[in-house]
Amino acid sequence: MSPLFRTALRDAFLSALVALGLFGAMVGLRTNVGNDGKLELLARPTSVAILVGLTFVGRLAIVLWKARSRTVPVKAGPSSLSGLGRYMGPALLVLALTMPLYSSRYIIDVGILVLTYIMLGWGLNIVVGLAGLLDLGYVAFYAVGAYSYALLAQNFGLGFWTCLPLAGLLAAFWGVLLGFPVLRLRGDYLAIVTLAFGEIIRVVLLNFTSLTGGPNGISNIPRPTLFGLTFTAGGGEGSFADFFGIEPNVTYRVAFLFYIILGLALLTNWVSKRLRRLPLGRAWEALREDEIACRALGINVTVTKLTAFAIGACFGGFAGAFFATRQAFISPESFTFIESAIVLAVVVLGGLGSQLGVALAAIVMIGGGEMFRDFAEYRMLVFGVALVVVMVVRPRGLVSGRAPSVSLGTSRTISADMVSQGHG
Amino acid sequence: MTSLLTVDALTMRFGGLMAVDAVSFEVRQGEITALIGPNGAGKTTVFNCITGFYRPTSGKLALHMPDGDLELAGMPGHIITRRAHVARTFQNIRLFQGMTILENLLVAQHNTVMPNVASGLLAVFGLGRYRGLEATALDLAKHWLDKVGLMARADEPAGSLPYGAQRRLEIARAMCTRPRLLCLDEPAAGLNPRESDELSVLLRGIRDGGCSILLIEHDMGVVMRISDHVVVLDHGKKISDGTPEHIRNDPHVIAAYLGEGDEGLDDAANAGEAA
Ligand SMILES: Nc1ncnc2c1ncn2[C@@H]1O[C@H](COP(=O)(O)OP(=O)(O)OP(=O)(O)O)[C@@H](O)[C@H]1O
Ligand SMILES: [Mg+2]
Repeated sequence: MSPLFRTALRDAFLSALVALGLFGAMVGLRTNVGNDGKLELLARPTSVAILVGLTFVGRLAIVLWKARSRTVPVKAGPSSLSGLGRYMGPALLVLALTMPLYSSRYIIDVGILVLTYIMLGWGLNIVVGLAGLLDLGYVAFYAVGAYSYALLAQNFGLGFWTCLPLAGLLAAFWGVLLGFPVLRLRGDYLAIVTLAFGEIIRVVLLNFTSLTGGPNGISNIPRPTLFGLTFTAGGGEGSFADFFGIEPNVTYRVAFLFYIILGLALLTNWVSKRLRRLPLGRAWEALREDEIACRALGINVTVTKLTAFAIGACFGGFAGAFFATRQAFISPESFTFIESAIVLAVVVLGGLGSQLGVALAAIVMIGGGEMFRDFAEYRMLVFGVALVVVMVVRPRGLVSGRAPSVSLGTSRTISADMVSQGHG
Repeated sequence: MTSLLTVDALTMRFGGLMAVDAVSFEVRQGEITALIGPNGAGKTTVFNCITGFYRPTSGKLALHMPDGDLELAGMPGHIITRRAHVARTFQNIRLFQGMTILENLLVAQHNTVMPNVASGLLAVFGLGRYRGLEATALDLAKHWLDKVGLMARADEPAGSLPYGAQRRLEIARAMCTRPRLLCLDEPAAGLNPRESDELSVLLRGIRDGGCSILLIEHDMGVVMRISDHVVVLDHGKKISDGTPEHIRNDPHVIAAYLGEGDEGLDDAANAGEAA
């Protein structure tokens, strides 16, 4: 028996022991209400045995697999996806552009959801992936955007297209306001404080009843119009269906919403890709690599971090306004920490800084999660296992490696182990 | 020779430790001034004060500019690079490892290609003078790539370079900020003799190009060969100041280095050989 196999066995045995401790109590014992109304204890040793066995085998497989991939020197080259990526991006774009033409309403709805997360992922990617600032409260800006639109529409009767830029600006403003005190913190501290800010915004929305309606939220948020044409279900004067002389159909509205979020997401993509090649984006990446060196080169670290925070927040605000108009109803419940966590998971799984990776991760996580809705109780389990598997197989995300922003000759992807992930 | 930087009674205290104790010296225009001393003498601390990483406990740092003096003490680091044009390198190399060599040199020109945030945002939409500025920045980057012999590797990540090349790249990056004063913290550390010689040539070239240099260095060969003026620190105090010739024969300096043990002896011996 090789020493490697022995350590793997020991590791698997220890994991199985931990599993036994956990599952022994949680799964192995079940309380039932007996016939006489008393609680009775039911032992389920087989379930425990199966779970512990699975843990043992799984852990053994992981350890052996990792050891193998370490001993076989894999060429530390760019990600295998980057070659494919040249075709994958355009292919996905074509798919997205044509999707509403042949898909059912349900699929388009899922598409809208996925695109919302892609957009949020791309927005957060600016902050986390490029500037290397770990922001756990991104949902705060999503909420600011949503409430900005809802309140402006409700109180001043403004339409979606007027409010969209305002929502972005307000979110960016809050980004600067929140960023100013916290950006001198680094790493874990920054993460904790941004997390707290996310919660504070939610709690304020919940308790500022006179303005936000508190837990009841805001309803009847107006739908967007296409150059003044509405998408009411019944058709009628000034509606899209009436103007073109076609049968009114809800699918038009859903498809319209789909194209709006597609446009917004593409805008986010375009701006962040462009920024990466400009001095501002380059400074963000330099900041992620080495903050002290940046200072020595005359870069104003605070201002540079704030711009990343503000621009990321701005896109969060756009997405929030879209969310409000799509749902027509918002309440603080939609802006809990789990949303921040999902968006961050999309960014990390996709590969920090990678646009295509974020899109793929959102499709897999959100789209896949939606598909698994039928298996309601196993959904979170599958989700968790998928996360673990991706992190074991591709620790730097689906698409790792960094493409240089400028080159004299041929530009080659930089291997991920060279690139820093930032320290906050 | 006119004076570029006047360090006047510079003092830096960390709690009970006097890292720099009332040190005064001059850095003259167009010269290479070396700052030497045994380990822990306070050399890097002096640099950190000059480049705004530390706020000195007391003392003055007057940079003489054509349009009047600029007081560096207490000025934030990025402003010192930007307004006073003082650039530096680090004792332990600090490159942007995951970015290419060319990118490293462009980040150094951040303030020229993006004078303010508004211009940075306008550039997204192709507005403003960005294109012209970027072209100028690329030219300067290529100039320094050529000078430090890294043109062929411009598109490789900085982290993949061998040690000596990383040192040269860090100097090139500092030069891309168009400095008036270049502060180098042990640029010859870890270099082989041939690389040290190349470094000496590079530094003399920079000086002759009009940029004054303040140099911390343990390699006495390099110091004696290229310095115009040497300042010696020991335990935070200045113990000697003068030409390399003067320093080599100063009994205080020899005593300070002899007190250091083997390494100091070697250094003193090196200094002797170089004579
Ligand atoms: N931030 C700090 N906090 C506390 N003490 C410090 C700090 N920075 C430096 N020191 C102390 O100040 C003294 C001088 O340190 P400095 O790094 O300036 O020495 P040096 O001359 O550069 O030495 P070396 O040749 O080893 O680089 C040392 O005793 C060091 O421990
Ligand atoms: Mg030092």
